[in-house]
Amino acid sequence: MITKELTCVVCPAGCKVTVTLDENNQIIDVTGQTCPRGKTYAISEVTNPVRTLTSTVTVQTKDGAKMLPVRTDKPIPRPTLFEAMEIVRRTVVTAPVKTGDVLVENFIEEGINLIASKDFE
Amino acid sequence: MHKKLIIIGGGPAGLAAACAAVKRGLSPDDVLVLERDSEPGGILNQCIHAGFGLHRFGEELSGPEYAGRYIQMAREANIPIMTNCMVLGLTNDRQVTFVSPELGYVTATADAVILAMGCRERTRGALNIPGTRPAGVYTAGCAQRYINIEGFMPGNRVVILGSGDIGLIMARRMTLEGAKVLTVCELMPYSGGLARNIVQCLDDFGIPLRLSHTVTEIHGKERVTGVTIAKVDEANGRKPIPGTEEYIECDTLLLSVGLIPENELTTGAGISLDRMTNGAAVNQFRETEAAGIYACGNVLHVHDLVDYVSEEADIAGTHAAATILGETEKTVKSVKVTTGFGVRYTVPERIDITETAEAVRVFFRVTDVYKKVQLVIESESGEVLVKKAKSAVAPGEMESLEIPADKVAALAASEDKKITVYLRELGGSK
Repeated sequence: MITKELTCVVCPAGCKVTVTLDENNQIIDVTGQTCPRGKTYAISEVTNPVRTLTSTVTVQTKDGAKMLPVRTDKPIPRPTLFEAMEIVRRTVVTAPVKTGDVLVENFIEEGINLIASKDFE
Repeated sequence: MHKKLIIIGGGPAGLAAACAAVKRGLSPDDVLVLERDSEPGGILNQCIHAGFGLHRFGEELSGPEYAGRYIQMAREANIPIMTNCMVLGLTNDRQVTFVSPELGYVTATADAVILAMGCRERTRGALNIPGTRPAGVYTAGCAQRYINIEGFMPGNRVVILGSGDIGLIMARRMTLEGAKVLTVCELMPYSGGLARNIVQCLDDFGIPLRLSHTVTEIHGKERVTGVTIAKVDEANGRKPIPGTEEYIECDTLLLSVGLIPENELTTGAGISLDRMTNGAAVNQFRETEAAGIYACGNVLHVHDLVDYVSEEADIAGTHAAATILGETEKTVKSVKVTTGFGVRYTVPERIDITETAEAVRVFFRVTDVYKKVQLVIESESGEVLVKKAKSAVAPGEMESLEIPADKVAALAASEDKKITVYLRELGGSK
């Protein structure tokens, strides 16, 4: 049996939730939360925590190189964040670019894209 | 130059106020937004992380995306925004002096002015940290600008003082960019940042948060070589406890120790500030004590969500436009909003009740972390105007209560001169 302690971030109460797993990583019990949303949050955090990655890439403009803010259009698995940053670091784009433009398709996982989050003319 | 409405600042507050004023019926040609940076959007341009706009747009946007929505709206409404414009002075009869590369030194008058200058960070000088004065000490927002806009890293081994949201966001940002964030020290026994940021910016990367700790000395001649941190005594004015000092080798110290509304123009116009918010005292329309001068956004009080900034700017912009168009009602009575147990400040600080009394939402911050409380607004004669139970409140999260229109009307008819916002503890542990 393994127990994992986490802080629920659904509301300011910040309940300390304990999730108990068996040898096969199956959830046996969730305790400590004070509402059903806390349980949902805890289960997703333990089974497959995901995060939206935001960063910057170089954009070549007529005024020289600038930093273009970028993000994933869907959250990616938390363990892949650093691997994702390696791809971000290698990415260079050329203006014009518009908010929402897809810069890298199937980023980390199929169906997830790295998109621009600002316009550059 | 004369304009009906001049808005100082082209960040989220200024842009939302301008859009609201035009929507209320002002011609865009009568509006002017003055922005000191080379592009509108304000601080959102460097806040590249996600989490903005959940309330306003029902989706999670990055800072530049949120700003982009408002820039687009202002553009579609044909609202003129003058960039690279620095406002030098404001008088309480609404004379605005500014410099611009195209127009030079300009004195403009306006029927109404909306202050939307935002806030700035508290610096090392405000903390009096002893030690040498090497390079490598930055405010968190300054480091954020270097990385996200200028494109270079301010350091490799980082200690962060203060667990405000910008500090937490920068801990994650610098870690993802390859730096080692060694620790985040927080003077208070709790963090001022959102729980979500503690989890996603520190816990995700195993960065230790040391509560009740501060930096007692900065070391290094040319460049920071390390800092000394120590535990502070909660019972003794949060003074460092001798013997708890620890030396940490690092090349960078980031400060995330609070934001101060930028009110030099406001005080220059002779408008007095609320000591608790460091912004002007306003009525429910966000009008200051100077007729026709409004304030909204972080220049009024520091917000935790930009969505609330936009909402506040809507109120200011709409009422400024209505006043210019001569479509506002007379004030029949002014009532002061005061703070009671557990409440640090309120916005607005006064309610100017008009002939047709309307519902008024009062925003406020609590003084401490409390569990199981009731938020209450009570009239001077002891009547509860509105109340709400909360399982937990914290200084980092703004609260609000709406006084219904019939209660506001009753207040106008009463002898009461003030109302009080306070917390009632419902038992349980603090």
